[in-house]
Amino acid sequence: MTDSIVLKLNGLSKHFGPVIANDNVSLTLNKGEVLALLGENGAGKTTLMNMLFGHYLPDAGSIEVADEGGVLRPLPLGHPQVALASGVGMVHQHFTLAENISALDNITLGSEPLLSLRRNRRAARRRIEGIMAQSGLSAPLDTPVGRLSVGERQRVEILKALYRNARILVLDEPTAVLTPQEADTLFENIRLMTDEGLSVIFISHKLREVLAFSDRIAVLRHGRKVGEMATSEADEKSIAQMMVGAETPELAGSYLTPGDPVLTMSGVSVAGRSKRDTLTAIDLTVHAHEILGIAGVSGNGQSGLANVIAGLVRPEQGLIKVDGVEIASPTPAKMVRAGVGRIPEDRHHEGIVGAMSVAENMVIERLKDPEVQSYGLLRREDIQDNAERLSKAYDVRGPGVDAPARLLSGGNIQKLILARVFDLSPRLILANQPTRGLDMGAAAEVGKRLLNARARGAGVVLISEDLDELLSLADRIVVIRDGELHEAPGRDREQIGLMMAGEPA
Amino acid sequence: MMDILNILLSESFWAASLRIATPLIFGVLGALICERAGVLNLGIEGIFVVGAMCGWMAVWLGAGLWGGVLVAALAGAFFGLLHAILTVPLGLSQHVSGLGITLFATSVSYYTYRTALPNVSSPPRIEPFQPLDLPVLSDLPFLGSVLFQQTALTWLALLLVALVWYVLNRTALGVAIKAVGDNPDSVDAQGLSVYGLRIGAIVVGSALMALGGAFLTMSAFDAFFFGMVNGRGWVCIALVIFASWRPGKALLGALLFGAFDALQVRLQTEVGALVPGQVFLMVPYVLSIIALVIAARSADYPRALLTPWFKGQR
Repeated sequence: MTDSIVLKLNGLSKHFGPVIANDNVSLTLNKGEVLALLGENGAGKTTLMNMLFGHYLPDAGSIEVADEGGVLRPLPLGHPQVALASGVGMVHQHFTLAENISALDNITLGSEPLLSLRRNRRAARRRIEGIMAQSGLSAPLDTPVGRLSVGERQRVEILKALYRNARILVLDEPTAVLTPQEADTLFENIRLMTDEGLSVIFISHKLREVLAFSDRIAVLRHGRKVGEMATSEADEKSIAQMMVGAETPELAGSYLTPGDPVLTMSGVSVAGRSKRDTLTAIDLTVHAHEILGIAGVSGNGQSGLANVIAGLVRPEQGLIKVDGVEIASPTPAKMVRAGVGRIPEDRHHEGIVGAMSVAENMVIERLKDPEVQSYGLLRREDIQDNAERLSKAYDVRGPGVDAPARLLSGGNIQKLILARVFDLSPRLILANQPTRGLDMGAAAEVGKRLLNARARGAGVVLISEDLDELLSLADRIVVIRDGELHEAPGRDREQIGLMMAGEPA
Repeated sequence: MMDILNILLSESFWAASLRIATPLIFGVLGALICERAGVLNLGIEGIFVVGAMCGWMAVWLGAGLWGGVLVAALAGAFFGLLHAILTVPLGLSQHVSGLGITLFATSVSYYTYRTALPNVSSPPRIEPFQPLDLPVLSDLPFLGSVLFQQTALTWLALLLVALVWYVLNRTALGVAIKAVGDNPDSVDAQGLSVYGLRIGAIVVGSALMALGGAFLTMSAFDAFFFGMVNGRGWVCIALVIFASWRPGKALLGALLFGAFDALQVRLQTEVGALVPGQVFLMVPYVLSIIALVIAARSADYPRALLTPWFKGQR
C-alpha cells in the first residue's frame, strides 16, 4: 500500500433550498485505502458522493482526481461521464441494473459502439471473467439480472465499475441489503481489490463493519465533517459520540404521570415485501400523557410499524388494542374511528389529495360525519366554515381554503394535516417523521402541538430519524432494528446510537 | 364443418392471411420497438393513415413506388418525433400524447387529401406493387402460390421481423433499447443517453408503422380512402402484448389475426345467408381479445413502460 493521494475533495458545499446538505467538506483518499464515511441519516454522506460522481453540482469547492500516472488533476464538476472516464465508479444504494438483460449485457452496456451490427461478447466475457478471478466477485453472467439475488446484483454493480477501469470505487451503504455473511464476503473481496491498488470509499452507519474493514474513518454530522481518524486509533464510543453529537437536548415538556394504555400491541408480526416494512413479534404500549419515540436507522421496519398503526396493513399475527378495545382486522377507517390520528411520513402523497381543495382535505378522513354530510350530500357551507376556523387556529397560510391543497408549501401542508388530526382530539397520534423537510419554525410548531396533545391526555407514537428531536420530545424511546423493538435504557444518546447501529447495548 | 376444412386447405386462404397480416407486421414491429424503449405509442392509428396517404400521394405526384415508401416512412418518423418530444424530454402522458397524435395525423391526412383533390368523388388510382414472380419458387405447389406471389412489401415486412429480432438480441443497440425500457437509470449510469435512445426508438418505430399504412394504399389497394385503416393500429397495440414484446411472436400474432380475418370473409360467403355479416366482422376482434386474455397473463411488461424519466432525478 502506497500513500499517494488519488482523490481530493476541497471544501465542497451544497444547499438544497434552505437545507444545508454539505458545508465545506474536505477529504483525501490514498491509493489502496478503504475510507469509511460515517454518519447518521441525513448527515450528507450520499450528497457528498453524488457531487464526486457528478450527479449534483456543488455550490462551492473543487475535486481533484489522480490520472493513471498518479498526477492529481481537477475533475470537471457535474458530469457523471467525465467522472466515469476519470476512474471514479459508484455503486448506488438503489441498483442501476436493467433486470431484463443479462449481467454480461449490464456490465458491457455503454462500453460498446451502439451502431455496430456485431458484438464481441467473447472478448467481453474473457475480460469480465478475468476481473472476477482477480477480485473474487462472482455472478452468473448469462441469467437475466431480474433472477439474481441481491448479493449477486451488487457484485454485478461493482463489476460494472471495475469493467470501466474504476480506480476509485464508491459504495453507498453496500451492506444495507446484504446478509451478514454476504457482507463479510464483500469486505474480503474489497480487501483483495485494494491490494491490487483500488481505492474504496464506503458509506455506512454500521460501526461494527466500519471498525472491522476500513483503514480510515471520516465522520459527517449535519453536513459537516466533524472528525477523521485512522481506524486503528478509533473506538466505538468516540465514533458514536461524533456521529450523534455530544450535547443532549433538554426535555421540552414537563413530567406527566402516564395514564392508561391507549395503544397496546402484542406479538405483532408483519411479513413485508422488504426489510422496511417487516415486523417481528413486537410488543409496544403507549400510555395516555406519553410520547413514545421510535428511534432507528431508516428502513428498519418504521414503515411497517406506521402502516400497522394506521390500519393500512393487517398483521399476520398479534393483537392490537386502542384504548383497551381490541381492533380485529384493522382498516384505516376503523383505526380513525377508534381514535387514531395519523401524520404520515410522505405528506404530499399520503397526507393530502393535491387536486382537492384545502377545505375538502380538512374533512377527508371523516366524510361520514353528520357535520360533513347529510343524506350523502356534502354540507359545503359547514365544510367551508370548518376550514376557515381550522386555518385560523393552525395558521395554515396559502391562497385560501378553496385552492387546491397542492399549492400550499410543505410546511403549510403539514399544518393542514395537523389541523385535521388534532381537531378531532384523537386518543392516539401516529407521527411519522413529522418534521422532516420543515424549517425550524414549522418544526417547532409540530413539537408544540404534539406536547399539547400529550398534556390533553393523548398518547403519541413519534417515529423519527432525528435523535435530537426524539430526545427533546419523547418520554420514552425504543429503538427499532431489523423489525424488532428494543427498549432504550435511558436518554443516553451514545447508548441509543450504538443500539441503532446494531451493537449490543 | 367440411366447408371450414376446405377453406383452411385452400391456397388462396393462406395467401390472403399473409396479405392481411402484412400491415399488422409492420405496425406491431413499430409498436414493439417503441414499447421496448419504454414508450407507448398510441399515435399508431394516425401514423397508419399518414403513411397510407403520403405513400400513395407521392406516387400519384410522380414518385416511384419505393420513393413513395420512403416518403411514407419519413412522414411516420415526423409524427413519431413529435410524440417523442412530447413524451420523452417533456415527460407528458403517453396516452394523451399518443391519442392526440392519432387525431392530429388522421385529420392532417384527410385535409391534405381534400386540399389536393377538392372535386373528386373517387380517388385517382396508382399502379401498385405487383406480386413478385420468382422463377421456380412460384411454381412450387401450395407454397408457391401462398408465399411467392406476395408483393415486395410483404417480403420487406418478413425481413424486418428478422432484422428487429437480430438488433434486439444480438447488438449493443438492442441491449441498450431493452435496458432503457426496463430501467433508464441503468443506461444513464453507464453513460448512454436515455433521451437519445428513446427518441430514436420512437422515430424508427413510427416509420415502420407508416409502412404498414403505405402497404394498404400501395399494395393491398391502389388508392387512398377515408377510414381505410379501420382500427388496424389498435389491433397492433393489442398484438404487442400478445407477442410479449418479442418479434417472432409478433409475426405469429399478426398471422393469426390475418388468418381469422381471411376466414371471416370466406365464412361470410359460405353461410352468410343464415347469420348477419357483422357477426363475422367481429370474429377476428373477438378471437384476438380471447388470445390476448390468454397471452397477457404471462406477458413480460417492460418495467419502465409509461414511466417518464428525467435527467438528474433519481
